[in-house]
Amino acid sequence: MSKSKFKNPVVKWIDHRLPVFSFMDHELNHYPTPKNLNYFWNFGSLAGFALVTMIVTGIVLSMNYTAHVDYAFDSVERIMRDVNHGWLIRYIHMNGASFFFIVVYIHIFRGLYYGSYKAPRELLWILGVLILLLMMATAFMGYVLPWGQMSFWGATVITNLFSAIPLVGESIVTWLWGGFSVDNSTLNRFFSLHFVLPFVIVGVVILHLIALHRFGSNNPIGIDVKGTQDTVPFSPYYTIKDLFGLSVFLSFFAAAVFFFPNFMGHPDNYIEANPMVTPAHIVPEWYFLPFYAILRAIPDKLGGVLFMFGAIAVLFVLPWLDRSSVRSSQFRPIYKIFFWILLFDCILLGYLGAMPAEGIYVILSRIATAYYFFHFLILFPLLPYIEKTKPLPISISEPILGGAATASAFATREKK
Amino acid sequence: MPKNSKSKNNNEGKRDFLIISTYAMAGIGAAAVAWPLIDQMNPAADTLALASTEVDLSSLEEGQAITVTWRGKPVFVRHRTPEEIKLAKEVSLDDMRHPETDEERVPNEKFIVLVGVCTHLGCVPLGQKSGDVKGQYGGWFCPCHGSHYDHSGRIRKGPAPTNLEVPSYKFLSDNVIKIG
Ligand code: HEM
Ligand code: FES
Repeated sequence: MSKSKFKNPVVKWIDHRLPVFSFMDHELNHYPTPKNLNYFWNFGSLAGFALVTMIVTGIVLSMNYTAHVDYAFDSVERIMRDVNHGWLIRYIHMNGASFFFIVVYIHIFRGLYYGSYKAPRELLWILGVLILLLMMATAFMGYVLPWGQMSFWGATVITNLFSAIPLVGESIVTWLWGGFSVDNSTLNRFFSLHFVLPFVIVGVVILHLIALHRFGSNNPIGIDVKGTQDTVPFSPYYTIKDLFGLSVFLSFFAAAVFFFPNFMGHPDNYIEANPMVTPAHIVPEWYFLPFYAILRAIPDKLGGVLFMFGAIAVLFVLPWLDRSSVRSSQFRPIYKIFFWILLFDCILLGYLGAMPAEGIYVILSRIATAYYFFHFLILFPLLPYIEKTKPLPISISEPILGGAATASAFATREKK
Repeated sequence: MPKNSKSKNNNEGKRDFLIISTYAMAGIGAAAVAWPLIDQMNPAADTLALASTEVDLSSLEEGQAITVTWRGKPVFVRHRTPEEIKLAKEVSLDDMRHPETDEERVPNEKFIVLVGVCTHLGCVPLGQKSGDVKGQYGGWFCPCHGSHYDHSGRIRKGPAPTNLEVPSYKFLSDNVIKIG
């Protein structure tokens, strides 16, 4: 490798001293990627796109936003009415948060279906769950900034969750608020954290990618890459596929921003915050609803909080809860059924989180919560003992190319 | 690495001591530096200074209620009717989640003073205005997750763990109270 792979003399000069171009060439161009990835593998790059979109629109929003209880609501209204293109930038940021969660939730369920969290990708998965937590914190604090009724009461209810902690709960809540209720100090610190956390997310995303590139992507049949016959270079194959996926995503995103910008929002947030009056029915943003349903399903305050955080905690330990060594659901006939039940269960929880906590909704929330924890804590560890998995193909090439590739895969294996 | 085993042992012991004490000092130093950064988030002096409010009750008719602000939170003051007082006093405490007598909670039985914040997750319960839903026990009702409070602000049904908080207050005269 004495000859540089770059022709451009400037690139060559820089790369010799600071090998960023070699790095990009290696990780984004030649990077060998399983050749059988389906469209569910587009959502990682989409999440990255969403993150960058949020940061860019967020920085320009903050140039016009005022983090003070007396001005915050009006400054957002000013962004909507008077600031040049302000309405567009805010609608992109507002809907961008929702689309970011849609993309990330699909990305996570992709991982659950194809067993992408299993060895050797445990840390990759854990970093992903950490990103989810950081996103939730960021989105929660961002929603407080426009200082509408839902902002205020959402912040009140969620910060009060910490008061359930025995002994120190009340002091923690006072500390979070910087006062005796959600007020100006709270708004200021939320703005500060909302500004900085996305950059922390960028840091964790980089770690997530380093972990990804250690063993490469998992794939729909979940078996390891056996050699170059199973892969294609990332560029142009997946760069172009990711760009195609991005254009489809952008069509949906643009439709929401231009035609239904408030569809996923709540009208009460266009009423300025009033600490004396709670809206009749407070609901969090849709992406928190399943967790909110779990919180309300438990009749005990501390218990509700523990189960709600537990719902995320189980994701962190999932690589060790699932005892099956077969990754992809394609070869796990029973797990595959339960996967769809889990997906349905989460959607049901989301629906229940939006309904008033009474009557049949409470009963259904309890059943759905019980199923969620059953799935993670009992089904994952025990199912492998009963389930008979289907035989795995010998290589990624085999099910695609048939006999010839199988023979060549054998040959490569023999050589090793 | 010295070959002599005795001096090696001596040196290692000394080295361990130095390493441990260095870590310990660095740890204490880091904690001392972290504390101001953490404590700045607690209520500031001016926030603490705003901590009392006076309320004139002379215009509050029987059966009426007013909501005042104290430390950024609503405080409910209600002029109870004799009927309500009777109900609040006579009910049995046996099956209450947070048993407290009405006397403990309301020094002057006519005027009940409560922090208007649901002890579940902090919503403001309904029941101050005449048209409000007051819940099954006639006092206050929190619409957020359905907590019912009685005429003494005690939790009777729903997820809230404790009774509505009674702020510290005193009567400056027959009709004026000072909260905080
Ligand atoms: C992980 C990335 C991010 C997420 C999920 C996110 C989420 C949100 C959400 C949900 C809102 C409320 C929108 C509304 O209802 O009006 C918001 C508002 C806001 N965000 Fe972000 N945000 C992110 C990144 C950023 C960044 C990096 C900045 C600044 C550098 C920023 C600055 C703002 C500002 C100033 C507002 C208030 C204006 C408004 O409400 O539209 N955001 N954010
Ligand atoms: S906040 Fe009142 S019932 Fe939950």
